[in-house]
Amino acid sequence: MKPDLQLTPDGRLRHLLTLDGLPRGVINTILDRAQTLLEESVQADQKLDLLRGKSVFNLFFENSTRTRTTFEIAAKRLSADVVNLNIGVSSQSKGETLLDTVANLAAMQADMFVVRHSAAGAAHLIARHAAPNIHVINAGDGRSAHPTQGLLDMFTIRHFKGAFHNLRIAIVGDVLHSRVARSQIHALTTLGCPEVRVIGPRTLMPRDVSALGVQFYSRMEEGIKDVDVVMMLRLQNERMQGDLLPSAGEYYKHWGLTPAKLKLAKPDAIVLHPGPMNRGVEIDSEVADGHQAVILHQVTFGIAVRMAVMSLLAEA
Amino acid sequence: MRTHICNARVIDPASGLDAVQDVFVAAGCIVGLGCAPEGYVANRTIDATGLVACPGLVDMAVRLREPGLEYVAGLESEMRASAAGGITSLACPPDTDPPLDEPGLIEMLKFRARNMPGPRVYPVGALSWKLEGQRLTEMGELHEAGCIAFSHADAPLIDTRMLFHAMEYAASFGLPLWLRAQDFHLARNGVAHDGIVSARLGFPAIPVPAETIALQTILMLTRQTGCRVHIARISTRAAVEMVREAKADGLPVTCDVGVYHLHLSEMDVADYDANCHIIPPLRSQRDRDALRQGVVDGVIDAICSDHAPVDDDAKERPFQESEPGATGVELLLPLTLKWGAEMGLSLPQTLSRITCIPAGIMGVEGGSLRIDGPADLCLFDPETDWRVTADTLLSLGKNSPWLGREVLGRVRYTVIDGHVDYAGEGF
Repeated sequence: MKPDLQLTPDGRLRHLLTLDGLPRGVINTILDRAQTLLEESVQADQKLDLLRGKSVFNLFFENSTRTRTTFEIAAKRLSADVVNLNIGVSSQSKGETLLDTVANLAAMQADMFVVRHSAAGAAHLIARHAAPNIHVINAGDGRSAHPTQGLLDMFTIRHFKGAFHNLRIAIVGDVLHSRVARSQIHALTTLGCPEVRVIGPRTLMPRDVSALGVQFYSRMEEGIKDVDVVMMLRLQNERMQGDLLPSAGEYYKHWGLTPAKLKLAKPDAIVLHPGPMNRGVEIDSEVADGHQAVILHQVTFGIAVRMAVMSLLAEA
Repeated sequence: MRTHICNARVIDPASGLDAVQDVFVAAGCIVGLGCAPEGYVANRTIDATGLVACPGLVDMAVRLREPGLEYVAGLESEMRASAAGGITSLACPPDTDPPLDEPGLIEMLKFRARNMPGPRVYPVGALSWKLEGQRLTEMGELHEAGCIAFSHADAPLIDTRMLFHAMEYAASFGLPLWLRAQDFHLARNGVAHDGIVSARLGFPAIPVPAETIALQTILMLTRQTGCRVHIARISTRAAVEMVREAKADGLPVTCDVGVYHLHLSEMDVADYDANCHIIPPLRSQRDRDALRQGVVDGVIDAICSDHAPVDDDAKERPFQESEPGATGVELLLPLTLKWGAEMGLSLPQTLSRITCIPAGIMGVEGGSLRIDGPADLCLFDPETDWRVTADTLLSLGKNSPWLGREVLGRVRYTVIDGHVDYAGEGF
């Protein structure tokens, strides 16, 4: 990852494509800005003028109501004009190339593209070919990165735990296919978290996962012991039965977060989940609705974090 | 046409010749090395002072994209690019559209190639009809039409029994199979090496056993059938060791590697550069080092360009969706020279991997300099560096991982069958 694609020559954020290699200072700037926006806008229910006159295009080549909606809300709170495009079902299926689609939309006076695509590298490709005045936010590309999700998770952890340097954190589930897990890992290692664990069956782990600076545990009871934060991952339906896993039931038994397993973590441990949850598959309802879960906070913070990213990009 | 090449450093890896002298060409043949035959009068003289004159390069894998893929590149452009790369003989894989699976297609291709300047073209026939892996092709007929070997290109050959029978059938004619070792199921949907970078960036991965398991199958069947087999484009350290052992056991196998694999690794895909999307994937630095040493040791016999021009529309996509392949004919020489220099080899040793050795595997003329042999020569300036850009490449495929970088060694003249088919700038 060449840092110059994401940053301006003076080190400000130009595109947000990945947290892999994004400097700690930039991440902290985003989190600090999100804190301000949370207080001034989200909690105060106030619209701000920071993006007035700007057009934000939500380009979703892969369906996602939830992420798209939070970006839309964030942009509208900043007074931007928002255009939502579900491209998966229109031009791509007619054979138009990704770059042609983007060039056409850029000609409609877009200022910012929020891109979700099923292929790794899609947001990078668009950023590399975009006009200098256009900013690209990666809202998820293949299994590669989902930086705003990673950032909102960091915001949530910072909110409840204060700092990262004394935390032991476990990420549980399908790391192999998860762009969320990759963004979380990159952010946590950059922010100085001393111990990041990944927990799950070997079939759902990248082969060289330890090269990411994490410790691998196949047994949840060992991996979750004494952690401060448990970050659950969503298990996609299509992976529950096949050559990666035999059944959702066996997965739940070994890697589902139950109250009993959560007891092995520190008593004040918090539980995160990027949503949407599969209750009874990766997480038990009692935990999901329990006092240690901060899942709904994540959603609220997500709006503040996305506002922060958009407002910083608009300044670059 | 009688061409007199003066004062070149003449290197013939096959005979060990390495001396500054003259080369005399007449009627498509070399008629004198060092001294002119009696009564020789040249009608063209090339002052080759400072240049190396070696046998024209022999490239075992050049996709000309004809028939059927002319919107990407065509015979004319890719033959010209090959000549500009110093190549005088090339083998083209059967993955055209339609695939090279019937004699008429081979005859047409050879006819078209013969009637334009550029290298000698040696088609590699499809091993199965339409490359579908279901029905054998008429290897006997195809061989008579001009196929030098049979392969499945990069198309999956899932049915092991089909492979077994193809080997037996090819062995009946004494014909070799050129095979890529890649297990279809393990490699399915993969776009990158199963290593650090795919862990980081989340690329669907191709694990090392995809190569070693398929290679083991090929080697076992080679032992059983006695078919001559050439393993095309190995990419892993483990495969190098397997081929080393197979050769020590006396199996009739040879092996090549793509030239980019001698220099690049998985680290080069970390920037989502679709030009580094190559199959087999660029693997770990440890694998790359084993490949580099494997060529030095002779376990890997030949280096090829694995030339695959891809148009911008197919490359300017998200990495994962981009079409694999790299343009290579114009980089075969400089990147081979770079490898040889870095490994401390002499020029004759280095050049043998892209001249006499592949010519021997292909069973074709060329690849050496001898009196009365074909006048196929490459004259290059080993000291000139040049920048690889879309403009400096003649191939219609601009998809090189080396774009924007400099290389050392530039072809000045390519002589094929006694004709100067390429003369570089300033000459």
